[in-house]
Amino acid sequence: MATAEEVKKLATLARVSLPEEELAKFASEFDAILAYVGQLETLDIKQGSAQEKPPLRNVMRADGTPHEGGAYTEKLAAQFPAREGTALSVKQVIRHD
Amino acid sequence: MTRRNELTIAEAARALRAREFTVRELWDACAAAASARNPELNAFLEIFDADDAAIAAAQKRIDTDGSAAPPLCGIPLAMKDNILIEGKIASAGSRMLENYRATYDATVVKKLKEACALFLGRTNMDEFAMGSSTEHSAYGPTKNPHDTRRVPGGSSGGSAAAVAAHLAIAALGSDTGGSIRQPAAHTGLVGLKPTYGAVSRSGLIAMGSSLDQIGPLAKTVEDARLLYEAIVGRDPLDATTIPAGLYPSRGIPEKFRIGVPRHLLEKGVDADVRAAFDATLERLKDAGHALIDIELPMSAYALAAYYVLMPAEVSTNLARLDGIRYGRAARGETLLDDYLLSRTGGFGKETLRRILLGTFVLSSGYIDAYYYKADAARRVLRREYEKAFEKADIIAFPTTPSPAFALGEKSDPLSMYLEDIFTATANLTGMPALSVPMGFVERAGKQLPVGMHLTAPNQAEDALFVLGAAVEKARGA
Repeated sequence: MATAEEVKKLATLARVSLPEEELAKFASEFDAILAYVGQLETLDIKQGSAQEKPPLRNVMRADGTPHEGGAYTEKLAAQFPAREGTALSVKQVIRHD
Repeated sequence: MTRRNELTIAEAARALRAREFTVRELWDACAAAASARNPELNAFLEIFDADDAAIAAAQKRIDTDGSAAPPLCGIPLAMKDNILIEGKIASAGSRMLENYRATYDATVVKKLKEACALFLGRTNMDEFAMGSSTEHSAYGPTKNPHDTRRVPGGSSGGSAAAVAAHLAIAALGSDTGGSIRQPAAHTGLVGLKPTYGAVSRSGLIAMGSSLDQIGPLAKTVEDARLLYEAIVGRDPLDATTIPAGLYPSRGIPEKFRIGVPRHLLEKGVDADVRAAFDATLERLKDAGHALIDIELPMSAYALAAYYVLMPAEVSTNLARLDGIRYGRAARGETLLDDYLLSRTGGFGKETLRRILLGTFVLSSGYIDAYYYKADAARRVLRREYEKAFEKADIIAFPTTPSPAFALGEKSDPLSMYLEDIFTATANLTGMPALSVPMGFVERAGKQLPVGMHLTAPNQAEDALFVLGAAVEKARGA
């Protein structure tokens, strides 16, 4: 059974935060969903019996220059929340103090 | 006389070439209908301004090339909000991307532009295509034109409502577990999920990458085919696209062997939906097609496997939305705060639920019990279908167990998930599937459409179009 504590841990892993009052509701919905998908546990599929080779494998593009350098830079940079020229501005992560 | 916006692609293409009206007049008819009815239906999140240059180019091409012009030339289409059109907002129905402008065209958009098709607007959808009702959109639910107290299905509910209400001639949607076929069934349209890899996913905002396909929502099987033919094909920008003829061709039989997994229909399907399904099968039999019983035992586990694999892929794909490079960008004290604030504020409840579920099934200690088990079930399911296709050409069942439900009716997540019970199998196997209207059932005094679901072997879309047309004929359409 999922607990509020476990849901909170998953939220931390997924980089989201849930309000305390909603944790219990999420946990109970989780239980219903996991009880449903839990029917997979009753399946007995022999190890290796379901192995198969996909018809399409290791698709590679030929080496080469797909486009001119900088062709999309301005368009992409226009979507940045904060920029300096064509560079993306982010918070300082490493501190020297 | 049928109004211009009520025409099919095939009818409008013929009329444009016969000079019965101009591309501009066709656009104006659709744009006027869209503006008039959208406040009520909320099918479009944005109706685009007329692109004068594109309209003129389409007219010129029809004038010059006549019948050699592509069938979609000058046809106004509605596009699901998760398909990128350069310079336009593509929000995927989410607050997370409400300010995101596409920096490039999806490959399907590029192909449609080359065919001189026109884009009328972007349509409402469940957030990041997660849902079966369009109620999970951050921009309010879409209403079903057949009964505005009901949902149009989802997640491509906006595209479905737009075409069903004749606001657009046809539309594109995307289908991860039934998101084209279920809304098509609920709104009386034809909806196709192509073979996995048939249509490029480049420029489609990803949900479940091993399941997603773009496909048409249209008024007729012929229109669905015309749209499909315009977008199909291998694409260097999507390494999972497949070349024509990757799977052995089976040809189109004169008389189809229609496989029916009756064991799946014994419970859970509404009596009148079952009756409409059986009556349609009888008429196909009268037309000379053969009905055969098939068994697909793993289907009972398909939805459970889907609700493990899909959230796993969702949590992975949506990890890229971190508030740093584009989209919603909330700022706090630390970099971690930036992530937490952007993601928590940007994602709706259902999206959060699936991200958490995916994080869970992929976490150490559970990945064997859930993810690997589901993946094995998926392979067994695919083999069962391959085996069934040794004695059947097409497999048929109802697209949904019930007609469109009322807004707010399915408030607990699991009951909403069960909407995909029949459709999710085709995404797990990768095989192409078509929903075709098979009649109406009555609920609360309203006639509501229901759909027949046809699955074909990989790359056998042609067979779907031929038998789909036979279903239309059997219905008397």
